[in-house]
Amino acid sequence: MSTFLELYNYWIFIFLMMTGFYIVIAQGNLIKKVIGLNIFQTSVFLLYISMGKVANGTAPILIEGGAPYSNPLPHVLILTAIVVGVSTTAVAMALIVRIQEAYGTIEEQDIHEQDASL
Amino acid sequence: MEQLINVILLAMLAIVAIATAKLKDLFATIILFGIYSLLTAAIFVSLDAVDVAFTEAAVGAGISTILILSTIALTARTEKPSTHSVFLPLLVVIVTGVTLVYGTLDMPGFADPDAPVQQHVAPRYLNDSINEVGMPNVVTSVLASYRSYDTMGEVVVIFTAGISVMLLLSSVKHREDELGNLKDLKHHPILLYVSQIMIPLILLFALYVQFHGDFGPGGGFQAGVIFAAAFILYGMINGIDNTRKIFQNHILRWLAVTGVILYIGVGVVTLFLGGEFLNYNVLTEDNLAGQHYGIFLVELGVGIAVAATMLSLFLTFSEVRRSQ
Amino acid sequence: MISSHLPVLQVVVPLLAAPLCVLLKRPAVLWAFSLIVSILSAVMAYLLLQQTADGNIISYAMGGWAAPWGIEYRVDTLNAYVLLIVASISSLVLLGGRKSIEKEIETARLSHFYTAYLLCFAGLLGITITGDAFNVFVFLEISSIASYALISLGRDRRALTAAYQYLIMGTIGATFILIGIGMMYMVTGTLNMHDLAQRLPEVSNSRTLMTSFAFLFVGVSLKLALFPLHLWLPNAYTYAPSIVSAFLAGTATKVAVYVLMRFIFTVYGIEYAFTALPLSAILMLLAIAAIMLASMSAVYEDNIKRLFAYSSVAQLGYMVLGISFLSVAGLTSSLLHLFNHALMKAALFMALACVMYQQGNVLMGNIKGLGKRMPWTFGAIVIGGLSLVGVPLTVGFISKWYLILAAIEAGHMLLVAIVLVGSLIALVYVWKLVEQGYFQEGDEKITKQEAPMSLLLGTWFLVLANIYFGIDTSLTVGVAESTAQQLLGVSP
Repeated sequence: MSTFLELYNYWIFIFLMMTGFYIVIAQGNLIKKVIGLNIFQTSVFLLYISMGKVANGTAPILIEGGAPYSNPLPHVLILTAIVVGVSTTAVAMALIVRIQEAYGTIEEQDIHEQDASL
Repeated sequence: MEQLINVILLAMLAIVAIATAKLKDLFATIILFGIYSLLTAAIFVSLDAVDVAFTEAAVGAGISTILILSTIALTARTEKPSTHSVFLPLLVVIVTGVTLVYGTLDMPGFADPDAPVQQHVAPRYLNDSINEVGMPNVVTSVLASYRSYDTMGEVVVIFTAGISVMLLLSSVKHREDELGNLKDLKHHPILLYVSQIMIPLILLFALYVQFHGDFGPGGGFQAGVIFAAAFILYGMINGIDNTRKIFQNHILRWLAVTGVILYIGVGVVTLFLGGEFLNYNVLTEDNLAGQHYGIFLVELGVGIAVAATMLSLFLTFSEVRRSQ
Repeated sequence: MISSHLPVLQVVVPLLAAPLCVLLKRPAVLWAFSLIVSILSAVMAYLLLQQTADGNIISYAMGGWAAPWGIEYRVDTLNAYVLLIVASISSLVLLGGRKSIEKEIETARLSHFYTAYLLCFAGLLGITITGDAFNVFVFLEISSIASYALISLGRDRRALTAAYQYLIMGTIGATFILIGIGMMYMVTGTLNMHDLAQRLPEVSNSRTLMTSFAFLFVGVSLKLALFPLHLWLPNAYTYAPSIVSAFLAGTATKVAVYVLMRFIFTVYGIEYAFTALPLSAILMLLAIAAIMLASMSAVYEDNIKRLFAYSSVAQLGYMVLGISFLSVAGLTSSLLHLFNHALMKAALFMALACVMYQQGNVLMGNIKGLGKRMPWTFGAIVIGGLSLVGVPLTVGFISKWYLILAAIEAGHMLLVAIVLVGSLIALVYVWKLVEQGYFQEGDEKITKQEAPMSLLLGTWFLVLANIYFGIDTSLTVGVAESTAQQLLGVSP
């Protein structure tokens, strides 16, 4: 049981990562793929934040008697990663809009067929 | 108790993820994805990462969802049934997953105060930042001072995304007023009145988050997103064209550039004052005051750049005309 | 003051120049501005290389916070060498590229184009120079996001799907790198590369560490387009605007090879990397597969840009093969090829930009008689191609020579054969080009229609560099050898 609780967060991380990864490789819809990619990235946020947690800790904002505090460094790193994630999503969406305009579809298979018939 | 909440929230997250994978209706998928982000934010709160939770809620559940929604408005709402074989990807994923579980069995246990991550680098932030940087919120100290250079990179990333989207979408046909998908919602009196009350409050809140990041959760990034959210709401209710009257493209572009240059500029000034890049100590005689000035300025840069870029992303996507 | 702040200026100058580009309008001004920034970076990289030539390591603490609490820039010969490659290729490509850029990119988009270009450039420099593992990820994303946009600007609609495919694979790669860094941090509590190197031996039997290594390796391999994770590269290089192809082909994958070397040799250390996992064998197998299979794909390719893109995948195989020997000779050959291949591919893609400028496509069927129509351009393609094959008096020969020496030293005669066969296949596809260009009759009515002088000048600068560094090897071989010794911890 103790191993279960100790590693539970990381197993969920692996599970979410694999779910996201599955959506990216198995789905043919370009938007769905990006959603999968987002789930994939979010799972990594969970990995980082989980490792920073300290038992009975509080948020790393210093107050009288606040200790122990959880580790602030993973928080900072993940703030950056979230920004990177939304940036990638925005560019992916812009690409999808252009692909729709150029091909009239956002299904991977239809796009392949159109390109192959050239 | 804390453990229990954690276990339950994470289980819910896993369920939502599966549902997201299985749904065919893209609109529902996106809403579910928004829920997924909110759940993640809730988990971050329970894991003491309040700043991250704040950002995830604003960005993951807010901005990302809006961007994806605007995209399906321009493309297709339902996904075509996939003819891919499900078997191979599933096999790959399961094998990788099991290998990973095996590979991480000796990870330091969750919430272990003696884990290596809690040693070495982190204790200095917790113990000395109050004397070295002088802010109660350690996340802000690390973000804007110890690892300020990463944060500068982060601002550049968002700026890059803004430029990339403009490069991509500047050539597509723009929506004509009557034909557009996103009509204004002014004829809904309740929406109109509620938004008129809300928008000033949201803006006020954005300012609070911007300048209170030293003491509580928040900072330039979150403030920028909230600030943009207020105008996104305005745009949805009163129409994109009315929003554009205030925020024309070139104004937003100038603002984004100003924000990025303000951040990098602080670094350049510290160079001229004889310090290392982004060493705020040299800004004034007193180190702590220097840190305060430096952090204030770079957070302001972040806020301006993020607000301008987010707003411009939203407006750019809304102005694209649906292709037939 | 300037010399002590060189490491940070190396990245901040292009990073500051990029947003300023948004405010400029005139095409000529934009081009000149970007070129000057690029040349300035090259000069700084050269100065850094000089400062580190004697094995000196420059450390620069961002924000005045000492590592590992703050972010550190740490420059040794390896970084400085790669910085110089990136900055000089960018300068040469921009120098000749103006006409091609203005022809392929709409005028209204030019200021954003140059902004994205400089961001991509600054990102690549930032990855190369930093001594902080997480900072690698941040700058990797700056360069990646900018390159997705740059690739999508190609005229063919397939540029869009190529960019999308690269975005998906690139993001997976970057996220894998992020996971690897996170797990390393998990077992050591630090993010600074130098600090990691010192603390990792204590936890060397941790499974988590091994998992982190696997993630980093796969992530970097995706970015590096290591066979079989190369699927994004051919499309991306084929449909991107000509100048973007030339720039990325000469720089992006090289930086990825650098990241691989940095993590293997500096962070994890050779002992861990090559004993915990059968890394040497894995690298060797993948390299062989890349050399043989990608070269074969190139032979059957009808689009010349794609042909050279496949050849890039094969050439990356040679670099990885050199790493797999784990010897000074092998690493020297990889480092040499890093520089030499950048020169070759930049020259070839620049020449293709000339062809594109004149005829709007680079299909095999349309270059009949090109040797007569565009003698200078086609001459550049031929010399670049010969360099790719490894003919003496070109840089390609030098790389292959050192690689074969390393293979012989390691006692792998089979690998010598593979390198030779790979070169033969390269000869086949280069010959195909020569045959089309010189021996097939083109349209008689069209007489000479050479590309504009400026484009040719840029191309030939690179071609002559191919020959010059093929004859005078004192600079490159010297630097490569001493860097290899440094990485392997062998005193000269």
